[in-house]
Amino acid sequence: MKYVDEYRDPKLIASVAHEIARTIDPKRLYRIMEVCGGHTHAIYRYGLADVLPKNIEFVHGPGCPVCVLPTGRVDDGLTIAEHPNVILACFGDMMRVPGTKGTPLEYKARGADIRMVYSPLDALRLAKENPQKHVCFFAIGFETTAPSTALTILQAKAENVRNFSIFCNHVVVIPPMRAIVDAPEMQIDAFIGPGHVSAVIGS
Amino acid sequence: MCLAIPAQIVEFPESSKAVAVAEVSGVRRRVNVDLLRGTGLAVGDWVLLHVGFAMSRISEEQAREQMEILLMLGESEPALDELRGYNFAEA
Repeated sequence: MKYVDEYRDPKLIASVAHEIARTIDPKRLYRIMEVCGGHTHAIYRYGLADVLPKNIEFVHGPGCPVCVLPTGRVDDGLTIAEHPNVILACFGDMMRVPGTKGTPLEYKARGADIRMVYSPLDALRLAKENPQKHVCFFAIGFETTAPSTALTILQAKAENVRNFSIFCNHVVVIPPMRAIVDAPEMQIDAFIGPGHVSAVIGS
Repeated sequence: MCLAIPAQIVEFPESSKAVAVAEVSGVRRRVNVDLLRGTGLAVGDWVLLHVGFAMSRISEEQAREQMEILLMLGESEPALDELRGYNFAEA
């Protein structure tokens, strides 16, 4: 990845951390919630909490659909893929997510027919190209991705594609964030939002 | 899946109102624009693409800014790979 060295340059990071320490009020506590589990992972993996002043505290947020997906859901998807007559289609993000009995990638290596797609419409295309098989799409994502799954279902119905189904794992992020903000004991000063969902919904 | 890709609408194939040809950095792919039905989407407009669908209209300035951010984060190639991966309308 480009700029990785720049982002991990200790001198640059130290100067940014110093600037943050210089800017904030040392007498108050700042609580920042990172919404995405990927952020939590990065903060701990690279020790960012230790670099920042002690009065900045990270609070873990609700997480994104992939990182908070219960392992049971992955297992259910793999069980679907175990059927000999089934093609399980899923996004690349899902391929390495482990359930209790393995990852989709491992199942694929063992012979399950699991295909990576970039769009639910590509899963629908698989169904049309493989009428003798049943194609199940492992649908996952925030409110950004859910409309595309919904439109794909409408298209499948309009084209009378009978060998296509959805294993729905969509979740929404606005209601949990609103619940956090509205809670009487709310002490969060700022959110680090999930970048992509924020870009799409425009806030 | 976690990418929003800024793209420009360059063509509406006659066969379908739900499908448009979108271009990012010279790469063209057919995408679904049904979610923006009734918004007067036209050739030359900029949109945010996600999993094969145009999700929202954006300004040219926003598109340029987002492309710069993708470049800066080294995510422009994965974005183009994702775009190339949309094959649903190529049959």
